[in-house]
Amino acid sequence: MTEKSAEPAQRVNTTVKRIVEALLFAAEQPMSVAQLQAVFPELERPERVIIEAAVEALCDDYRNQAIGLHKVASGYRFQVKTDMADWVARLFSEKPPKYSRALLETIAIIAYQQPVTRGDIEEIRGVSVSSNMIHTLLDREWIKVIAHKEAPGRPALYATTAQFLDYFNLDSLAAMPPLQELQALALEGEMEI
Amino acid sequence: MSINLVAESRTVTAMVAGQPYLDWPDDLYIPPEALEVFLTTFEGPLDLLLYLIRKQNLDIVNIPIAQITKQYKIYIEVMSNFRFELAAEYLLMAALLAEIKSRMLLPRQVNVEEDEDDPRAVLVRRLQEYERIKKAAEELDEIPRMERDIFIATIDTSNVNVHKPKPEVQLQDIVLALHAVLKRVDQLTHHTITKEALSVRERMAAIMIKLEGSGSFLFAQFFTYQEGRAGVVVAFLAILELSKAELIEILQAEPFGELRIRARVGGGND
Repeated sequence: MTEKSAEPAQRVNTTVKRIVEALLFAAEQPMSVAQLQAVFPELERPERVIIEAAVEALCDDYRNQAIGLHKVASGYRFQVKTDMADWVARLFSEKPPKYSRALLETIAIIAYQQPVTRGDIEEIRGVSVSSNMIHTLLDREWIKVIAHKEAPGRPALYATTAQFLDYFNLDSLAAMPPLQELQALALEGEMEI
Repeated sequence: MSINLVAESRTVTAMVAGQPYLDWPDDLYIPPEALEVFLTTFEGPLDLLLYLIRKQNLDIVNIPIAQITKQYKIYIEVMSNFRFELAAEYLLMAALLAEIKSRMLLPRQVNVEEDEDDPRAVLVRRLQEYERIKKAAEELDEIPRMERDIFIATIDTSNVNVHKPKPEVQLQDIVLALHAVLKRVDQLTHHTITKEALSVRERMAAIMIKLEGSGSFLFAQFFTYQEGRAGVVVAFLAILELSKAELIEILQAEPFGELRIRARVGGGND
């Protein structure tokens, strides 16, 4: 532990670290390493590794604070640690939005099986998918049309976006809870008719 | 409304397909009064089927189709006896179940290994697929998300003084800028297009007149150098046009020799 923390400390440029900290707090959206790098004027732009080291050092600094630096799909952002969430929630009178099962199932199908058409979603759920719901998801920028399937009617193929992952605090699709395995069929003859 | 119905039907519990049911079916697990509440919570026929299967601890990979079909149909019928206008998907599923059931009755090739041959296989696969998506959706609902569990920490930047240095301007630069503006004004003034003094058509006619009667002329003789560059181009174009129209011939007696031009014998239509 002591060895490990001593090594990056040498690489960390304190000024860069302070700038990165300020930028991440001031930015309203998560910022990627490349975006952080781009803020610096061209001639004094630190190398990628310097920014990465600064971010890492910041993560360490905030380890025991109520606020932490967290990596999501589109970059880093400072957020309240989850164990403090209940307290923060008390600040707001508005209840957080609840999502219907239909919406959650739809977004789950898109997230796990992407790219999918509306027909694919209907096939899995066994009911028709309302246009409203697709529009809601598109408006929230949780999904986007990435192509059109080369099939009659050229239906849109939907996939999830980085904003979707940001919202669910994930840094990649791989971080989603794994789908359960399908059990093998074990159909036996039936006695009763 | 359900309360009313239950109250009225002390003796006749429900009318199913015109037949009065005096007792609730034994295998009906949900108290019928609760149906109204339940139906709105089902996300479709697959969801309802899954519920029936799970409720009775049936094995999803080996569902007793006859039993489940019977129950499903009873639910559908009870539901339609209440106030529900059933979505087409529910009826479609009932039809599918009936189809599977009837296909089960038909003798099949004895090939136990081939699960896909079993008429239930497709349905079971769909149920499994749906169930795992349903689980995944539930899990997705649990994981921390913004607005509920995740709060972004930002600072107010509205009071940050952004220092924008004002550039120093030299008088010279202003003069230069004015000069540029004036120049642009000049460029924007209207300019008139003067009629082309030299016409290729006209020159073609002139050449033909010149060639009329007398034999041939040297190539160079067709150019009037006083006309300048434009005149040379027009004359050259005229020669090419005439040649293309097969009104003149361009001749060269020997390699690198001078070009001569003469009217083509029998050339032209007029």
